[in-house]
Amino acid sequence: MNSITLNADLAAVSRLVVEGAMLVYTFAFLAFALHLSQLASTKKSVRAGASRLERVGIAMLILAATIHGVGMVLRGISASRVPWANMYEFSITGSFIVVFIFLLALTIKDIRLIATFVAGFNLLILGVADTVFYVEVKSLMPALQSYWLVIHVLVAVLATSFFNIAAALSIAYLFKTANWVKSSKAKLVGTLRRVLALFPKEEKLERMAYRFNIIGFILWTFTLIAGAIWAERAWHRYWGWDTKEVWTFIIWTIYAGYLHANATRGWGGKRSAWLGVIGFVAILFNFTIVNLFFKGLHVYSGLK
Amino acid sequence: MPSSQQSRFDPSEEIISPAIGLKGWLRWIWRQLTSMRTALILLLLLAAAAVPGSVFPQRSADPNGVTAYFKANPVLAPALDAIQLFDVYTSAWFSAIYILLFASLIGCVVPRTAAHARALRLPPVETPRNLKRMPAYLAVEWSGKKSPDALLGKAQKLLKKQGYRTLLAGDSATGSVSAERGYLRETGNLVFHLSLIGVLIAVGVGGGLSYSGQRVLVEGESFVNNLAGYDSFSPGTFFKEDQLVPYSVRLDKFEVDFYRDETLKNKANTGTPTDFRAFVSTTLGATGEQAKAKIRVNEPLAMPNGNIYLTGNGYAPSITIRDAAGQVVYSGSTPYLPQDANYTSLGVIKVTDVPKQYGIISFFYPTVGTLESGALTSLYPDPALPMLSMNVYEGDLGINGGEPKNVFALDIKNMKQVAGGKSGVKGLRLQLGETVKLPNDLGTVTFDGLKRFSSLDVSHNPGGIWVLIFALLALAGVTTSLLVPRRRVWVRRTETGFELAALARGDDPVLEKVVADLAAELAPNKKGSKKVAKTAASPKQKVADE
Repeated sequence: MNSITLNADLAAVSRLVVEGAMLVYTFAFLAFALHLSQLASTKKSVRAGASRLERVGIAMLILAATIHGVGMVLRGISASRVPWANMYEFSITGSFIVVFIFLLALTIKDIRLIATFVAGFNLLILGVADTVFYVEVKSLMPALQSYWLVIHVLVAVLATSFFNIAAALSIAYLFKTANWVKSSKAKLVGTLRRVLALFPKEEKLERMAYRFNIIGFILWTFTLIAGAIWAERAWHRYWGWDTKEVWTFIIWTIYAGYLHANATRGWGGKRSAWLGVIGFVAILFNFTIVNLFFKGLHVYSGLK
Repeated sequence: MPSSQQSRFDPSEEIISPAIGLKGWLRWIWRQLTSMRTALILLLLLAAAAVPGSVFPQRSADPNGVTAYFKANPVLAPALDAIQLFDVYTSAWFSAIYILLFASLIGCVVPRTAAHARALRLPPVETPRNLKRMPAYLAVEWSGKKSPDALLGKAQKLLKKQGYRTLLAGDSATGSVSAERGYLRETGNLVFHLSLIGVLIAVGVGGGLSYSGQRVLVEGESFVNNLAGYDSFSPGTFFKEDQLVPYSVRLDKFEVDFYRDETLKNKANTGTPTDFRAFVSTTLGATGEQAKAKIRVNEPLAMPNGNIYLTGNGYAPSITIRDAAGQVVYSGSTPYLPQDANYTSLGVIKVTDVPKQYGIISFFYPTVGTLESGALTSLYPDPALPMLSMNVYEGDLGINGGEPKNVFALDIKNMKQVAGGKSGVKGLRLQLGETVKLPNDLGTVTFDGLKRFSSLDVSHNPGGIWVLIFALLALAGVTTSLLVPRRRVWVRRTETGFELAALARGDDPVLEKVVADLAAELAPNKKGSKKVAKTAASPKQKVADE
């Protein structure tokens, strides 16, 4: 009767591989963090050795991403479908796409300094996915059996990844422009200041965040439309203010506000950076709290 | 509007003179409303106002949740209801925000559309006197001699080829080329905003003309597409009954697949539904044309003026009740509502054609098992070991008053339990095919057979396709307005060579490259030419509209 075959053994292998990737992400994270601290050192000899450490970090990150990608593909094979049908799978695929886009962006943009953030964020996401969100490989409920699962969710993951990188840039920008960072005499803040001095100029951070955010916004608009088309097929209405639809709308509106802020005198800089960060916080909220605790039709965490 | 173009009204101009009169005030209010800052604040307000609708149950999406909330919080709920927290998206305050937002949008977009239409017909602006002030600037020296006379003509040709509109001003010795491209950016921006108005109208009008009706059908039953044919029906404001095209639908068979893993390696997935299929026969009223079809989740059946969707399913045990004399007083397949993933289902039977009315609250377990507490439960959603349990209540069923009653609920307020619970008589348990005696000489009940039912939803929203069209237009518009660069480029001959400059409206990652590339093409790196680059006047390549 079952046309779908699930391979629980392969799913277990996939989980091990993802856990292996976490280990390598840890090394990459440590290498990048150490690299930043060396760069911020007051001693010239320490600073000189830093670039080697960065190369080690990048190599580690590429290795981690490769292992991560293998784990993701194995998960998909074990379920005979796309690996993004529940929160665990969405997390491993989403974080893979984040690191993938970041590695691609490395070749064209100098955003290396947020590597610490990317490695750390992926480590955190995978950690939560492995310990909290993990579910055994499951067949798709009938409502999810649609090609829109491939399109709608994949584009949502992509949009989230772009917003994620933009948020990292905005956070760096906000630290760099914060008055307390500029003026504090505390030793720790002094170190932070030296680390931040290594980052691209404020304007550059702001502009790079803007570029990642506009791509994210276009993809998010598409996610919203694709979701409505799918909802019309599956739930007999294209929009019904389901909790997930509400939050998709809220996030869209916040980023629309962000775009307007960038074109409004007096709203650029810190204010728009804050909006970008708030937008990303809303995305995280939508993915975690709304999925797990709010009642709605998008119940696919697979958690009890 | 997402473009670096500043509001049409420079903030510095918003000086309020003491005696501006009513007309002045209205103009001032209108300017405030249509300023970009107001739009931004309204957007953020709209986002914040949407939040409570995800926290509190909404009547539109979750009416049962609202009822439950009222039961759980009898004091708080009416207060929340008074400020429309259960109808957030139709509330006065939510509506006020989006109506203001759209007023602001219209007030901004309409004049901009006119301005853009004019700009499309005008040639590029003349070359500014001081090009050095532009964010991207390059001066090329032609050491020893003047740059060739054909330079400006060549520049114009090159720029035209790259999609610029160009204007050649002055003579070939001291003249300049002014070029502009990316008008599509503003076009996209305007299309995006105008499309949003289209979406809003299509949502409103479509919602008014829409309807949706729900009907539960047991295998073998049929329904006719008219108002009386539905269990529940929600019409839009402008709905007319003649929108319902006469046809009938019969549910021939309903099939479900549940995942079963013979190796039992993946227990978590066992019992997960993998497919629902409703096989139906349809008959069109006008022509009598008959057809057979299959409805699945995600695969609704298209009928005239509406689709039929599969929205739920469950079991409908066939039950016969006879009185003490053996006369049949109740017979039929009653839909039981599933309560959990293993289809433990709840049903209600009301026996009315007897001198003393009684009702039965019953549970159905497709594969019965016993919990440690002794209570029954279902272990698997397929009917491997089906069982019915029944509690019987005697008394007023409350159906004589003529009020419509929920067929899935029994109001036991005025009833006395005579079997099950604390009544002293054990609740009834029946396996498939079994007959057991009812208490108090009420007769017997028989579990004759088992059918499935499906919940069908007939929905129609003529606005949907227009919402989609406008939404896709908006997507195309916003993509264009964010990704197409709009920039002006100038080339001017100087005493000893020529100078180039560029200015972008909005974010433009390649502004400096554009200037450098053009310079390279105009003066290929040959001996004797020297380039002098100047750092940008302002590090930001964002310049407000002049």
